[in-house]
Amino acid sequence: METIEQLRDRLVAAFPAPDAVTLVTNPGPAAQHSLLLAHAQAREIARFLRDDPALRLDFCSNVSGIDWPDKEVTETVNITTPDPAGGPAKITEQKTKRLQPGHLEVVYHLYSMTLKTTAPVVLRLRTANRDDSVTVPSLTPVWRSCEFQEREIFDLFGVRFEGHPDLRRILMWDEFEDHPMRKDYVSPDDYEWEPTPHDDVLTRAKTHYPAAATSPAATSPAAAAPATAAPADTAAAPVTAAAAAPAAAATPNPEAAK
Amino acid sequence: MTPDTLTPGTLTPGTFPPGTFPPDATTVRAVHDDFHGDLLEVSMGPHHPSTHGVFRMNVVLDGEIIVKLQPVFGYLHRNHEKLAENISYLASIPYTDRLDYLASLTNNWAYVIAVEKLASLTVPERGEYVRVIVGELARLINHCCLVGFLLNDLGTSFTPLLYSLRERERMLDLVEELTGSRMMCNYMRFGGVRVDPSPDWLARLKTYLEGDFPKFLAEQDALLTGNEILLARTQGAGILKPDLAINAGITGPMLRASGVDYDIRKVERYSIYDRFDFRVPLGDHGDTYDRYMMRMLEMHESLKILRQALRDIPAGPATDPKAKSRGLRPKPGEAYGRIEAPKGELGFYLISDGSPQPYRYRIRPPSFINLTILEDMCLGQTVADAVITLGSVDIVLGEVDR
Repeated sequence: METIEQLRDRLVAAFPAPDAVTLVTNPGPAAQHSLLLAHAQAREIARFLRDDPALRLDFCSNVSGIDWPDKEVTETVNITTPDPAGGPAKITEQKTKRLQPGHLEVVYHLYSMTLKTTAPVVLRLRTANRDDSVTVPSLTPVWRSCEFQEREIFDLFGVRFEGHPDLRRILMWDEFEDHPMRKDYVSPDDYEWEPTPHDDVLTRAKTHYPAAATSPAATSPAAAAPATAAPADTAAAPVTAAAAAPAAAATPNPEAAK
Repeated sequence: MTPDTLTPGTLTPGTFPPGTFPPDATTVRAVHDDFHGDLLEVSMGPHHPSTHGVFRMNVVLDGEIIVKLQPVFGYLHRNHEKLAENISYLASIPYTDRLDYLASLTNNWAYVIAVEKLASLTVPERGEYVRVIVGELARLINHCCLVGFLLNDLGTSFTPLLYSLRERERMLDLVEELTGSRMMCNYMRFGGVRVDPSPDWLARLKTYLEGDFPKFLAEQDALLTGNEILLARTQGAGILKPDLAINAGITGPMLRASGVDYDIRKVERYSIYDRFDFRVPLGDHGDTYDRYMMRMLEMHESLKILRQALRDIPAGPATDPKAKSRGLRPKPGEAYGRIEAPKGELGFYLISDGSPQPYRYRIRPPSFINLTILEDMCLGQTVADAVITLGSVDIVLGEVDR
């Protein structure tokens, strides 16, 4: 098994476009270094890695998303001012703050089932930013195992995979709007809050329990026939409504109960 | 059940835009189609006894034949990965129990292996042996359950399942005695295990594995493996071809049933698996019967590993006294660690930024990825076969939904 540097060199030779492959080193003790791919060549490089007889990376084990939000970086520059009197030079620190733009990242861990490799080959794809340009090429056409995992990253991180056959939410429900795995996600105060009867349900409830209107006729039992009773959309006294229609004693309509 | 509300001919199986079942789909609905006659759309689950939890399959049927199947899940989603980003490394161990709750010991193991890679920790000899023992015990428990539940899906109405659960409870009693809990074990620690098993416990485990468990296996084999109805129902059902299995990232017994020789215990030889003599069973056809047989044969192999481990376990500390569990702050970097869990490759991808919490904590859940090709295996089969195919995939929704 060749080292990651040899692999990088071989890929650079095969894909000569500038910045097609960049080596990203991992400073930790695991030393699992990775290759950052350019979007334009990513799928071709993935196919190459899968089909190359020396590599045979036929098994894409893990796909995961990472959120790198905007970060404020403080850079310190030492400015040396020579002393006109000939003494030691004066050194002043100048701090500049710079906003390092964030991005979303997708990481693929590849192994070879044919050659039974033990160290993963790690690929990375990065989006341009976190807001309006969040597209990366999908590798599902190369490895089918990415299908659900890329859907999950789309769901939880909001990365759009170009060329994915079925890009939908997978763990959250379809109507959900945010991306919960982003670092700046704010969870709602109450997950299960739901405004009690509204819209269609409220309209139906009003007609279903024909409470008496405010008219004096409502007090007469004869006027409480369902066919003639009007929906209680004004502040009807609950006592009146209960007297008129005993079934509606526990009124499901919060507006009528006010 | 109002076919007249739909325009005839607009819905053919091939022209379904991906993911757009009619939004107002009720449980059962007939769809008229010019070419295929009446197609029936059935939503199996999420509360269905054959779906092993809150799992749903949206199935389109032509008669009894499946022409389209979409797995729907996420009902148990609690964003475990986000939770873990806000707590210390140590505090995530009990959460991993809740992934695949039938085999929590192997979940612990995968996580601590990833953290040990991230922080370069070592495990003493006895600790590795104890890990192998409880890990293989978890595999026995998981496969025992799977065989029982699969037979239940086949309609055996509980007899094999109750035999399996009886043995499982015996093993869980031992697990409870060691870890304090039947299922939520919280047993592994960085650099070792939480408690060292006593000689008495090891002796009783040995007695059990010499006596009652092989008897149970022989009994299951005699009752089930050659059973005519089981053969008729499972052979040829839900075939998975090896090329597709590899490309779709299928792992575990399901991959090996398709004839692909890939077991991470043999390939990566993590922990001390290079010291044990065991074989990797392989299937021939990749059908439901092979997947059932893989579980039966793997139990025999696990039994072999357990016997060797119990014979060779050395004295000494079970946990590295220098390994730091509380307040662990690995150096910045990342690591991907994986093991052969009972259901397939269970991996953890961790990124540290030097703080006490992981910057990113990703789980590679085997049963989630094994569901990718459920539709491919079920197309052209009957509903009853889809039920046993799903049963032989062996999913646990705690892990699928995370």
